[in-house]
Amino acid sequence: MATKILMPALSPTMEEGTLAKWLKKEGDAISAGDIIAEIETDKATMEFEAVDEGTLGKILVPEGTSGVKVNDPIAVLLEEGEDASAADEAEAPKTEAAPAPASAPAKAKAPEAEDMPKPDTSPDWPEGTKMKTQTVREALRDAMAEEMRRDESVFLMGEEVAEYQGAYKVSQGLLDEFGARRVIDTPITEHGFAGIGVGAAFGGLRPIVEFMTFNFAMQAIDQIINSAAKTLYMSGGQMGAPMVFRGPNGAAARVGAQHSQDYGAWYAHIPGLKVVQPYSAADAKGLLKSAIRDPNPVIFLENEILYGRSFEVPDLEDFTIPFGKAKIWREGADVTIVSWGIGMSHALEAAEKLAKEGIEAEVIDLRTLRPIDYDTVLASVMKTNRCVTVEEGFPVASFGNHLSAVIMERAFDYLDAPVINCTGKDVPMPYAANLEKLALVTSDEVVEAVKKVTYR
Amino acid sequence: MAVRKGSASGAKAGANVSAEELKKFYNDMLLIRRFEEKAGQLYGMGLIGGFCHLYIGQEAVVVGLEAAAKEGDKRVTSYRDHGHMLACGMDPKGVMAELTGREGGYSKGKGGSMHMFSKEKHFYGGHGIVGAQVPIGAGLAFSDKYKGNDNVTFAYFGDGAANQGQVAETYNMAQLWDLPVVFVIENNQYAMGTSVKRATKSPDFYERGIAYGIAGEEVDGMDVLAVKAAGEKAVAHCRAGKGPYILEIKTYRYRGHSMSDPAKYRTREEVQKIREERDAIEHVRQLLLTGKHATEDELKQIDKDIKAIVNESADFAKESPEPALEELWTDIYAETAPQNA
Ligand SMILES: Cc1ncc(C[n+]2csc(CCOP(=O)(O)OP(=O)(O)O)c2C)c(N)n1
Ligand SMILES: [Mg+2]
Repeated sequence: MATKILMPALSPTMEEGTLAKWLKKEGDAISAGDIIAEIETDKATMEFEAVDEGTLGKILVPEGTSGVKVNDPIAVLLEEGEDASAADEAEAPKTEAAPAPASAPAKAKAPEAEDMPKPDTSPDWPEGTKMKTQTVREALRDAMAEEMRRDESVFLMGEEVAEYQGAYKVSQGLLDEFGARRVIDTPITEHGFAGIGVGAAFGGLRPIVEFMTFNFAMQAIDQIINSAAKTLYMSGGQMGAPMVFRGPNGAAARVGAQHSQDYGAWYAHIPGLKVVQPYSAADAKGLLKSAIRDPNPVIFLENEILYGRSFEVPDLEDFTIPFGKAKIWREGADVTIVSWGIGMSHALEAAEKLAKEGIEAEVIDLRTLRPIDYDTVLASVMKTNRCVTVEEGFPVASFGNHLSAVIMERAFDYLDAPVINCTGKDVPMPYAANLEKLALVTSDEVVEAVKKVTYR
Repeated sequence: MAVRKGSASGAKAGANVSAEELKKFYNDMLLIRRFEEKAGQLYGMGLIGGFCHLYIGQEAVVVGLEAAAKEGDKRVTSYRDHGHMLACGMDPKGVMAELTGREGGYSKGKGGSMHMFSKEKHFYGGHGIVGAQVPIGAGLAFSDKYKGNDNVTFAYFGDGAANQGQVAETYNMAQLWDLPVVFVIENNQYAMGTSVKRATKSPDFYERGIAYGIAGEEVDGMDVLAVKAAGEKAVAHCRAGKGPYILEIKTYRYRGHSMSDPAKYRTREEVQKIREERDAIEHVRQLLLTGKHATEDELKQIDKDIKAIVNESADFAKESPEPALEELWTDIYAETAPQNA
């Protein structure tokens, strides 16, 4: 049967093209792979190969014609034994390119959040739990050790994690307890070992990949985002990367521009990642244990300055803190201060200062940036009618910007003042002591912002 | 460590290959070629969108290496992945339906030509970032070594990818940790429009492991028997716990880099010459006929059967519905631990 040769799509964006030249004429024999025409697309002139054999019965679109739509018939191909008359009889193009059968209709909308916020106010651990004092560093180490005891498939890899006991001594003692099979020193090759971690996760293990600091994770950003975060989706749910990327994040002290950046907002941007930025030792422990158990890739942003700080940690065999549940550190009726990670030290310090002036701030520690506990923030803002966010990162496209947008959308009528985002300054981190101090967000700036939104 | 130029004993291996095996090679390579031709047609009709990288010309690489693999072995590759999936036994219908972005595709239509996976067949994608699959392959090998089994991972990548930094990082760690991974460089001479010579002054990719102590070998990728023989050697090395192995397989892609390739970087004659003189499928066909392992009629029957399979996959790929709109919001986060291994 004679078939029509259709105008081909030759690039992802092509909708029509110019039939520049016929290289075969009517009556010519054609075999598969022969170039029969030259077609100009939006990108280039391309050769059009025949896919079937036969005889070119009739040319329907003469050369030089522009604006030929993809899938329009351009010629008729005759099979062995057919004559030209079959060309005229050839039906309209086989409607092979029929539209896809429609799928069940549904709205392509994100599952909508309830209108009124319903914060989860359950305690993180039972009342009366015995507490012990621990540094954030010790809490992180204990979390890893407990999870490695619990699950054989959990292992730690990174630069200086084993024999050196961790560049910041977070993995102290782990090599001794778990051996070199599970606590693995890597060469200085972030992109490579992040990718090996992703592959190991695909292969059924639970890697903890430590970056000496998150500044160096930029070398590995492709594996984190393109491979770890997106594979579950791209595979239609078949496989993903249950793993933790962890290490210190943000400014330390006097280490200059390349070693002082807060990546919270960067990772929070990515669907498929979970992002944790703890402040206290108890949160560091409970959240890291949750991160290791989570079936998704988790970015766990620690902070060098916080490593040595001590907090009360519940003295329990096993306790975890769920993601997406903020913690109210201080209740207050006049203003809501939202922060996370090291920003919490500025937020809490500011709240102290404000209290002395008779302003009662409610201080919320978000704890995780993905998922986000909107409900706790919104419920608080609806009570105080004012909000200030505090973070160390850069101001443009900051996480506070996102919170402001959500508050505006969902609590606009409750606001008595615009939300203010306190952030690091819009400059690379300077080295000089005085300039570095200026570049960082401070509790005084938070106090000032609160006074602005409370019109004091 | 041995580094050798030139093929493993392909011709000798050919001398005592069974008729059954030759026919299977012929069948499997032809399936890939016909499947890819059909994909090209569907692309021309607008049924397949975006990027679509065909494997035509390179069929002997995956078919030869799959013959050296056993159950449990893993594979991971780039966006030029259709052949790898068919060769490891994935269903042509599921692959074609992913190309058309339909519900019946391996990724429910959410991955596309470049991103397909199969837990069942231990196929770990389908990766669009040049070189990214190489450390992932080493990581899969890491997981098997960690668990203490003797599985091997095949990490496939191109001559262009071989110059990526993360490949060098991976060679170093794979050898350092004796990971059971075969690095398969499919040297088809071009990375899009850049010939090997224009990308490196060190074009012998099988030698790239020397600096790390990794054995490597150059293989004639148009000879499926040579590929299988080299694959068996590499796999034995890995299974014996001796660490990674590099196979640089010399092959050639007949079609454009992707569908929208104006092909100005090589002459039509160059392509034609290889098609006529070096074609891997024609090679096996001749072995079958001259060795009297098969008659013309038998081969015609194989052709016919394959055509039917490919047409069936195309019909399925057209009839399968587009994914339900709710699918937009699924598979972003796992609720429970994926059973990855
Ligand atoms: C990191 C990265 N850079 C660039 C590209 C665009 N790109 C896609 S394929 C390709 C050529 C790769 O050639 P090669 O590795 O030889 O594989 P082949 O396509 O020949 O199979 C390029 C540059 C990409 N996908 N990823
Ligand atoms: Mg190439």
